[in-house]
Amino acid sequence: MIFEAILLTVITAATPLVIAAFGELVTERAGVLNLGVEGMMIMGAVGAFAAAQATGSPYIGLLAGIATGAVFSLLFGFLTLTLVTNQVATGLALTILGLGASGMLGESYVGIPGIKVPQIYIPYLSDIPFIGPVLFHQDLVFYLSIALVIGINWFLFKSRRGLKLRAIGDNHSSAHALGIDVIRTRYLAVMFGGACAGLAGAQLSLVYTPQWVENMAAGRGWIALALVVFASWRPWRVLAGGYLFGAVSIGQLHAQAFGIGIPSQFLSMLPYAATIVVLIIISHNRRTTLINTPASLGKAFVPDR
Amino acid sequence: MKKLALALAATAALVISVGSAAQAADKTKVCFIYVGTRTDGGWTQAHENGRLQVEKEFGDKVETPYLESVPEGPDAERAIERMARSGCSLIFTTSFGFMDATVKVAQKFPKVKFEHATGFKAAENVATYNSRFYEGRYIQGQIAAKMSKKGLAGYIASFPIPEVVMGINAFELGAKSVNPDFKLKVVWANTWFDPGKEADAAKALIDQGVDILTQHTDTTAPMQVAAERGIMAFGQASDMIKAGPKTQLTAIVDTWGAYYTKRTKALLDGTWKSEQIWDGLKDGILTMAPYTNMPDDVKKMAEETEAKIKSGELHPFTGPINKQDGTPWLKDGEKADDGTLLGMNFYIQGVDDKLPQ
Repeated sequence: MIFEAILLTVITAATPLVIAAFGELVTERAGVLNLGVEGMMIMGAVGAFAAAQATGSPYIGLLAGIATGAVFSLLFGFLTLTLVTNQVATGLALTILGLGASGMLGESYVGIPGIKVPQIYIPYLSDIPFIGPVLFHQDLVFYLSIALVIGINWFLFKSRRGLKLRAIGDNHSSAHALGIDVIRTRYLAVMFGGACAGLAGAQLSLVYTPQWVENMAAGRGWIALALVVFASWRPWRVLAGGYLFGAVSIGQLHAQAFGIGIPSQFLSMLPYAATIVVLIIISHNRRTTLINTPASLGKAFVPDR
Repeated sequence: MKKLALALAATAALVISVGSAAQAADKTKVCFIYVGTRTDGGWTQAHENGRLQVEKEFGDKVETPYLESVPEGPDAERAIERMARSGCSLIFTTSFGFMDATVKVAQKFPKVKFEHATGFKAAENVATYNSRFYEGRYIQGQIAAKMSKKGLAGYIASFPIPEVVMGINAFELGAKSVNPDFKLKVVWANTWFDPGKEADAAKALIDQGVDILTQHTDTTAPMQVAAERGIMAFGQASDMIKAGPKTQLTAIVDTWGAYYTKRTKALLDGTWKSEQIWDGLKDGILTMAPYTNMPDDVKKMAEETEAKIKSGELHPFTGPINKQDGTPWLKDGEKADDGTLLGMNFYIQGVDDKLPQ
């Protein structure tokens, strides 16, 4: 019983990390480093909350969150892809802007009871003991996150467009020479990343804690960025890593409530310590690291005409 | 990252407030420095409500400029100094982390008066003020012991500083006064503000069997979780009834307005002097949100306790009290002094947690 309860909270905690990280993974696979995940996420959260309040529908809220994230990321796309600004600085600016703008937009929503995305009851499957409630009695966002990993994995490694996208990320000049539209693909990848971050934000304000408070992403965008590196740009590893992060952070709260005498500060630190350990392990084998890292990551592309 | 954002916001706010400050020079300026935003629904909003009360009370006589989202650290010093230069007569700095900056700026501006919330460093022109939150937590503990079927409550704590430890102990003392076997489970969230994490902590406590919840973190997320799971809870800093209309029993509400009005009046009368003030329920700096969702006899008990604390008949930290390991701390009838309370770093008997050191 308690184990089932823990698993349910782990899933809620891991889902926004996983979704935001999937989006960033695709963006980075196309060779664009967008450090604005936190900003896009918080914009998604406020957009979703506002739309859900206005319409009364959590599903329209989710759509609005996705749209807000995507539109907001377009700003990043325009600056870095069309005006060729520095990606790192622009991404950081996007986060700052997102935190400020969301606070302003959300000012009138503070303290208003939120609208929660309902859980979907899948007949028969939900009745299976243990697995049923954990896997088949979840909200739509959880199912979307699973669909995303399957879809992204197929898209990146099995489809022709995915191959092109990876080619751009690895060597944009060669891809351009082959006649692939680098800028267009990157715009789409950035918007996909924004849409995912927006959905992750919507999950925060409509599922995780259905309410709006300023800065409610509380650093989850940064964890998602770390997850992409942690997963060495592989979708399934993002999923596994997200759940590991979720499990450690939830586990430490339960360990405290059980009265296990480990300092809580130490337990709070564990997810970050785990990231460092994994980084050490993956960078130990330099060859596999280099294979996975998009070689053009963070580099500006200016087509020579 | 967040710091950078806050610094930019603070700079922008400075420009705006200094701009508006130049207009009316004849009014007395009572200024406020906030660590968060005015609408954070918690700590800073409570101070903002206090500022608004000053405006209402004194009307045209005062002007109350403020700076919000001022980060603690070097930027705070700059922000406070700008305020002092812009002609403020009295400046309230409303976060523990502004303490050193306040004292430093105060040395440069001996004619300006400063008041620092929750700190301990005073000077001739620096007063400190704080609220006896523990009085409210004692009442909450009593209510919890009456309302809990299992005799087990959950406490979501932020950081192991004396203020928080004192609150946990006061809650347990209140509960024990009703049910001597009452137990308290504590989970440290290690954050003041992270709705997701606070909600997770609430869920973890409920999953492990507590049937009543209280918090010393700033968002309404735990209240919301309690409402979802159908258990009772207490609000923190603000009345959180909107997050749990059928869940909130009461809340400790920071009502700084009474204090701000009193000090502004002293300033206008010319009677202001530096003091170190630690006010409680009787001074109105702290109030209890309406006692709701409880039977009449529990409500009556809570009101009586509140009255006794106000009249001075009851001090929550009165012996006999043992420390967690069973060693005696206060003898029968002995009251804890303020110094011990303000430096509290140990649990009393009945708290089911190991205090992080």
